[in-house]
Amino acid sequence: MKNIDSSGHVTGRSIYLDDIPVMQGTLYALPYDAPSAHANIKKLDVSEATAYPGVIRILTYTDVPGENQIGGIIPDEPLFAEKEIHFWGMPVALIIATSENAAIQARKLITVELEELPVITDPREARAKGELIIPPRTFKLGDPKQAWAKCAHVFEGRADTNGQEHLYIETQGAYAYPTEHGSIRISSSTQGPTAVQRTVAKVLGVPMHKVEVDVTRLGGGFGGKEDQASAWAAMVALASYLLKKPVKLAMHRMDDMRMTGKRHPYSSDFKIGLDKDLKIVAYEATFHQNAGAAADLSPAVMERTLFHATNSYFVPNVEVTAYCCRTHLPPNTAFRGFGGPQGMFVIESAIAKAAQELGVSAREIQRRNLMHEGSEFSYGQIAEHVNATPAWELADRTFDFDKQQAEVDAFNAKSETHKKGMAIMPICFGISFTNTPMNHARALVHVYQDGSVGVSTGGVEMGQGLNTKMVQVAAAVFSIDPSRVKLESTNTTRVANTSPSAASATADLNGKALENGCNAILARIKEKASRMLKSTPEAITIVNEAVLNNGQPTELDWKKLIHACHWDRVNLSESGHYATPEIHFDKAKEKGHPFAYHVYGTAAVMVTVDCIRGTYVVDAVKLVHDFGKRMNDAVDIGQIEGGLVQGLGWMTMEEIVYNDKGKLLSNALSTYKVPDIHSVPKEITIEALPTDGHPLAIRRSKAVGEPPLMYGIGVYFAIQNAIKAFRPDARMVFDAPYTPEKVLMGLYM
Amino acid sequence: MVSFILNDAMIACAEPEGTVLLDIIRYKQHLPGTKIGCREGDCGACTVLVGELKGDRVEYRSMTSCLLALANVHGKHIVTVEGLNMDTLSPVQQAMVDESGTQCGFCTPGFVVSLSGCCMSKETVTQDLATRAIDGNICRCTGYKSIERAAGIIADQLKKKDGKDPIGWSVKNGFLPSYFTGIKDRLERMRTEAQLSVVSSSVAHPNAGEPVRQDQLTTNNQREPVRSTNRQPNTDNSILVSGGTDLYVQKHDTMHRSLVRSVFNDEALKGIRFKGDECVIGGACTANDLLASKELLHHFPNLESQLLLVSSTPIRNMGTLAGNFVNASPIGDLTIFFLALDSDIELSVVSSSVAPSSAHGPVRQSNRQLTTDNRRSKKLKDLYKGYKDLDKSSSEILTSVRFALPTKSTRFNFEKVSKRTYLDIATVNSAIRLEMEGDKICEAYLSAGGVAPIPKYLAKTSAFLAGKSISPETVRGAITIMNDEIAPISDARGTAEYKRLLLRQLVFAHFMELFPEKFALKELVA
Repeated sequence: MKNIDSSGHVTGRSIYLDDIPVMQGTLYALPYDAPSAHANIKKLDVSEATAYPGVIRILTYTDVPGENQIGGIIPDEPLFAEKEIHFWGMPVALIIATSENAAIQARKLITVELEELPVITDPREARAKGELIIPPRTFKLGDPKQAWAKCAHVFEGRADTNGQEHLYIETQGAYAYPTEHGSIRISSSTQGPTAVQRTVAKVLGVPMHKVEVDVTRLGGGFGGKEDQASAWAAMVALASYLLKKPVKLAMHRMDDMRMTGKRHPYSSDFKIGLDKDLKIVAYEATFHQNAGAAADLSPAVMERTLFHATNSYFVPNVEVTAYCCRTHLPPNTAFRGFGGPQGMFVIESAIAKAAQELGVSAREIQRRNLMHEGSEFSYGQIAEHVNATPAWELADRTFDFDKQQAEVDAFNAKSETHKKGMAIMPICFGISFTNTPMNHARALVHVYQDGSVGVSTGGVEMGQGLNTKMVQVAAAVFSIDPSRVKLESTNTTRVANTSPSAASATADLNGKALENGCNAILARIKEKASRMLKSTPEAITIVNEAVLNNGQPTELDWKKLIHACHWDRVNLSESGHYATPEIHFDKAKEKGHPFAYHVYGTAAVMVTVDCIRGTYVVDAVKLVHDFGKRMNDAVDIGQIEGGLVQGLGWMTMEEIVYNDKGKLLSNALSTYKVPDIHSVPKEITIEALPTDGHPLAIRRSKAVGEPPLMYGIGVYFAIQNAIKAFRPDARMVFDAPYTPEKVLMGLYM
Repeated sequence: MVSFILNDAMIACAEPEGTVLLDIIRYKQHLPGTKIGCREGDCGACTVLVGELKGDRVEYRSMTSCLLALANVHGKHIVTVEGLNMDTLSPVQQAMVDESGTQCGFCTPGFVVSLSGCCMSKETVTQDLATRAIDGNICRCTGYKSIERAAGIIADQLKKKDGKDPIGWSVKNGFLPSYFTGIKDRLERMRTEAQLSVVSSSVAHPNAGEPVRQDQLTTNNQREPVRSTNRQPNTDNSILVSGGTDLYVQKHDTMHRSLVRSVFNDEALKGIRFKGDECVIGGACTANDLLASKELLHHFPNLESQLLLVSSTPIRNMGTLAGNFVNASPIGDLTIFFLALDSDIELSVVSSSVAPSSAHGPVRQSNRQLTTDNRRSKKLKDLYKGYKDLDKSSSEILTSVRFALPTKSTRFNFEKVSKRTYLDIATVNSAIRLEMEGDKICEAYLSAGGVAPIPKYLAKTSAFLAGKSISPETVRGAITIMNDEIAPISDARGTAEYKRLLLRQLVFAHFMELFPEKFALKELVA
C-alpha cells in the first residue's frame, strides 16, 4: 500500500502549519535573541521597536502569567531569558505585530546592554569545570579493570562526532487562537502534542484542559520537534492569551537554525582489549556529551548512548560512563538515533584502531564479536531473537564481502589518483522509550453508521508513513477496504497524555492501541451479528467486508452490519489503550530489560576518494535489514534509504560550526550542507532478513525509523580505508564528519 | 503594476516590484502548494516554472520564487504546483506516488514542479536530464533514490515527446492541463495589447550588427527595455536587480521595500555573439544561457561538467554573469572562470532619461533607457580593488564580457571543490588557460577563488608559467610563487591551511587534466 498522504503531497494540497488559512485579525510573533552566548542582561530597550508601525506589543518574561519555564525533564530552561543569557539564540523577547515584516523590522530596533561572561563550547572543558547537567552515569558488565590483564592487545584513543542540524524542510512554527472560557487552541508543528500542551499550560498558569493542541502533519521532524517545538507554541499561546487574538509564528530558517538545538556533539575516549583470537574482552568508554545550555532531552539521549555503546557486539567486560556537559550552545536535543549513533561511532572507532594496529581487517574483529542468542547487554537485558549474525551472514552471502574487497584492492592497485575503500557496519538498536513509563499509547476509533471509520491516535505524521500504517492496522482488524478508514489529525482533546512520536516506537505503540480499540468494536459488532444470524460471536468472521458465519457467506456485509449495530444502540466507538509489556529498568542499578526488542542489520559500504581533490563519492551501500514481517514495503524501504542518507550526511558533509564565542557560523543552507541528489550512494541495495518478526512489533513488522541512520557510520570508515590505501601511514583520526577538508588533510598532512 | 499569468489566471500586482514572487504566490494569491524552506534558493521547495516567449514558442525554466523579484516576472507565465493539477494525477505526480518519492511531502511540490519542466522542454529527456532538473531540490526524508526512480520513469514516458511542440504533445498526452496550449497566445496578446513599441535601446548591444541567436532575442528585434520600478525621475536610490540570486540572500528583509530597477529581462544585455576569434556575452546572460549555447560548448568541450558544479538548475536559470562579477564574491565561480580567460568587460553608465510611463498596460514600457555614453572597457581582473570594492561607479552597469576564443593551442580547465560537490559554494575554485607551443607555455592565465579577499587573478604565478615547459618542476615552481600570492582565511568553508593545500591540489588537477600523459600525482606531490 502506498503512502495515503502522497496524493496530497504531489498536488500541493497537504496542509502544513503555514498553510492553515489565516483568521482575520491574526497577529505575527517573532522572537528576539541577543547577540551573545553568555552574558548578563544589563538593560533591554524595546521602546523604539514598540513604536514601530504595526507593532502591537513586545513581551518578555515579566509578561508570563504562569511559569517562565519550558524544561521538559529538568526545569532549567526559561522561555525568555530573565537576567542571564545562556546561549546565542536564547529568546529574550517576543515581538507581536500586525505583519511578519513589521515584526522583522522592529526586531532590528531592540537594543540590549550586555555584560559578557565566559563562554564554554567544549564539553570536556565543561566537565573540567564541573558544569554537569546531571551526575555522570555508568553502565557496567563484568570487570574491565581485572580484564585488561587478560587481553593480548589493548588500544586507546579518542573519537569525536559533531552535531547535526535537523533541517526539517518545514521550519518550526505554531498558530494559536483563543477559544471560550479562557481556553486556547494551538496548531503546532510538533512531534509531541502533549509536551506542547503541558508546556503551554505551565507557562500560562492554566490547567491542561484549557489547552487544545492539534497537529495535522509535519514537514519533517527527525527529533527536532520532539521537545523543541514547545517554546514557539508557548510563545504564540502566551501572546494569544494576553491579547485575545490569533497569533502565528512560522520561523525563518536562520532563526530556526540559530535558536534550536541539534544532534549532540560528543567527544569520547575509548579503551579496547582483545584476546589473541580477536575477541573483544573488555571495553571502556567515556562520553562527553555536549548538552548545550539546558537539559532539554540530553539526559535521555545520554542514556541511549550508554545502551548502544557496544553496538552489535557482545563484550563480557564493559564499563561506559557518560557526562552530560553544560555548555553555551543552544540546548541540543533529540535527533534520529537519539545518542545511539554517537555511542556506536566510538566502538567502531575502537575496532578500526585495533584493526589498524594489528594489521587485520576491522571486518574480522566485527564478525567475531557479534551478539548471539542469550548474550547479555551491559544493562542486563538478555538478548533474544538475535539477528546480528544472521544479518551479517546473509549480507556476506548476498554481497560477498571478500569479492567486494578484492575488487576494491584490484582497483586501488591500478589507480594512482583515486582510491576505493570498503567498510562493514552492523547495527543493533533497541526499540522502546528507554524511560519505561513513556511506553504507552491510546487510539480513538469511531465507526460511523455508514461503515466509514475515523481514527485518531497519539502519533504524529511527519513523513514516516504512520498514517498509512494506522490505516492498514484498522483495515486489517476489521477486514475492510482501507479507503473506508480516515486518519484524523492528532489532537489532545481526542487522545490525551500521549508520548511524543519518537524512539521509532510510534507505529508499535499507537498501532497496538489502535488494534485494541478496533478489536473491542469488532467484538461488539460480532456479537450483534451473531444475534442477527442466530449464531455465536466466535463463529462470526469478517473477511473482505463480508460477514461470514462458520466460514460461510451470509446476507450481511460490513455496511449492513454497522447500520444494524447503530440502530440497535451498539457502541461503535472505542478508545484503545496499549502499554508495552515486559519492559522495565532500574536506574539505581542501571540494569533491567528496557527494550521490547532489538533491530539488527548489516551494511557494506563502498566509496571512492579522489586523492587529488580530497572529494569522494559513495559508490554503493548494500545492506541486509531486520524488518521483521514487513507490513508496508514502500514505507519501510523509504525509511531505510532516507535514514541511511541522513546518517551519511552526518558522517560526511554536514558540519556544524560555532565560533569560540558560541555563535553559529553554519547558520543557513548556504553554509550547512545536507545531501543533495548527487551526493547519495550511486547504488543502494536493500535485502530483507527473512524472519517471523517480533510479537511486540505492530503486526510483527519491526520499528524502522531510527536504525538505518546508523548504517551511515560505515561511510566514515570506508573513506578512512580509502585514505589508507593512498597513504598507508595516514594518521587514524576519528573525528566525524569526514569533510573534504579532513580527507585532503588526511591524504597529505 | 506587474502583470503576469499565474497558472491559468491573469494577475496584475500592485505590490512593490522588489517583493519576491514567493510571497505573492503564497500570501496574496493564497496558493500554498509552493513552500518556504530557506528563502535563499538553496532548498528548491519554492520552485516555480517561468515561461516566456522566445521566438514562436514559450520556453519554461525553473526558478526559486524566494529570490525572484516581482519585477522579473512581468509579462511571463508562472507555473506553481496548483497549475499542474488536473482531475487525476499527472504522470509526473503519479510516478512520485508510485515510487514513494514523497515522505513528509514538504519538498514534494518543488520536485513535481521541477520535473514537470521536462514536459515543456524541447530536449529529449534522459534520466540524467531529469535528475538535473531536480538538482536544486533538497529532500531530507527520502534519500532521493525513490525520486531518482520516479525521474527515470518520467524520462522514459517522455521519450516520445514531440520536440517541436512539447507543450502540445504534453497536453495531448495528459502531462499538462489543457490551458497550457493557450499560454503562448495569451503572452503574445499581453505584449501586443501593451503596444510594446520597439524601443530602440541606444546601448551598444553586444550583438549589434552581428548575427544573433534567435532564441536569445525577441522576434523583430523587439527588445524588452530596461524596466524600472521607479516612476520618478530621480532613481539614485534604487537598487539594480538582475537575477537576484545574491542580492535577495544578502538583503532578504529589505528588498521588498526598496526601489528596484531590473535588468534581468533586458534583451540588450543578453545574447552570446561570436565574431572571428572573439566571443561577447551579454551581462544578463545566465549560466544556463551559456550551457544552452551549442557554439560555446563546441569551444569549451568540458563546459557542461564544469558549469554543472555552479549552484543548481534554478539558480543557473537566474543568476547572471554580470551579477556574479559585480557581486565580487571572492569565490564566484563564473568570475574565476572568466578571469582565466583574460576577459574584458564593458561598463556603461545608465542615464536617467525618462520615457512616458504606461503603468496600466500589462506589459509596461520602459521609463528608462541605457545610453551609449560613457562606455568603457577594462580587464575583468582590474575590476577588483579590494573586498567587495570595485573599480566601477554606482551609475555604471556591466553590460558584457568579451574574451578570445580558445584555439588549437589553448588549454583551459576549471576546478571547484566544495563541502558538497553540487549545489554548494566553492571552498576553493580555480581556472587556468594556457597557450601552448608544443611543450612550451607561451601564455598563462591562472585564477583562484577562496584564497584572497577578491576573486584572484594570480598574476605572478601566471607570469612565472609563461615561457616555461610543461614539467613537474614548472608546476612545483608555480606553486611556490602562488603560495606567496594568496592569503586564504579560515571560515565556515574551511581553514586557511586547508584552502592553501586545496589550491595546490587544484593546480595539480589543472595540469593532470590538461596533460594527462605528462603528470603522475606522485611526481607532483614529491
